[in-house]
Amino acid sequence: MPHPLMAKETDMSDASINARNIREDEPSFGDYFALLKPRVMSLVVFTALVGLLAAPVGVHPVIGFAAILFIAIGGGASGALNMWWDADIDQVMKRTKSRPIPAGKVEAGEALSLGLALSGLSCIMLGLATNLFAGAFLAFTIFFYVVIYTMWLKRATPQNIVIGGAAGAFPPVIGWVAATGTMSVEPWLMFALTFMWTPPHFWALALFMRSDYDDAGVPMLTVTHGRRATRIHILVYTVLLAILAVGTAFSGIGGPIYLAVAAVLNALFLHGAWKIFRRDEDDSEADNFKVERSFFKLSLLYLFLHFGAILVEALLKPYGLGGW
Amino acid sequence: MAIRKEHDLHKRRLGRNMGVGLLLGGFVVLVLALTMVKVTSKGFKFPQAQTAPQAEQN
Repeated sequence: MPHPLMAKETDMSDASINARNIREDEPSFGDYFALLKPRVMSLVVFTALVGLLAAPVGVHPVIGFAAILFIAIGGGASGALNMWWDADIDQVMKRTKSRPIPAGKVEAGEALSLGLALSGLSCIMLGLATNLFAGAFLAFTIFFYVVIYTMWLKRATPQNIVIGGAAGAFPPVIGWVAATGTMSVEPWLMFALTFMWTPPHFWALALFMRSDYDDAGVPMLTVTHGRRATRIHILVYTVLLAILAVGTAFSGIGGPIYLAVAAVLNALFLHGAWKIFRRDEDDSEADNFKVERSFFKLSLLYLFLHFGAILVEALLKPYGLGGW
Repeated sequence: MAIRKEHDLHKRRLGRNMGVGLLLGGFVVLVLALTMVKVTSKGFKFPQAQTAPQAEQN
């Protein structure tokens, strides 16, 4: 007589699978990977790498690689925990309904387990690979994003995006701390760049994805204070961002290349924000939010090129070319 | 008699197992590389507890 466990492993016809109530739609490896928000992770990797390389201390390539990897895993873990908590509203919004949990590919509990396990792993390993300060900073970032932003403030205040932006802005600071073990003004300038960039980026998105946030009941500025107020907020944040971004050119991480890039990009960004401010809803609906959409696309390029310019300045410094 | 038909579920499990296996293998290699880098770096010192007996012998 065959062992019952052996029979279970070998006798796997469709009928037997259904009879044993085994999930036929078991998630694939890619479904679990999607829980880590790979696109957000790519931004985390890039900004953390810039923070690490812009630091005035050389890092061994293996330690640098490990630092970026564990920062990315920490970012992915917080994404999984965010998807676990927000599964109910992800189901409602068009932009998020194909995520693994609302699509029925992964159960919410699995996302929670994966998120907690990877959070612990990433913080401990970053602490061991670089220094304890960096590991603790990563732990604080995950806590900030998951507890302060996702669980508490996202559904409580229309300033949710501003607060969420802080969590997304920490990776270059962690990269810097991983390299140096200390803190200084420069990583906080990189933090401020992402922090000030996030609100106009997301509010532009909220303007043309209007029904999504309304349906989910998330108190976006567009819902609570109206679309006119959102346009004003975009302009104000863009002006403050431009001052900060151009001012960063004269710090330890800036230089002539960064200044040139910042001058062009901020002129374009200010022009876009001004056009959004000048428009009303009739104008926007007439051309299907063309200006808002192009502002959103420009915002992606904006952040990438600013950090790219900081990276170029840092890489040129050993040859006596970067910086002032 | 057992029916040995391959179900799509097996393919997904194989993909998942392969993925986890590769990740674990990569993790082992990374920890080994980190260890090598740390113990061969200039600033590396053995913990006091392990160096004390050597000092006594000398």
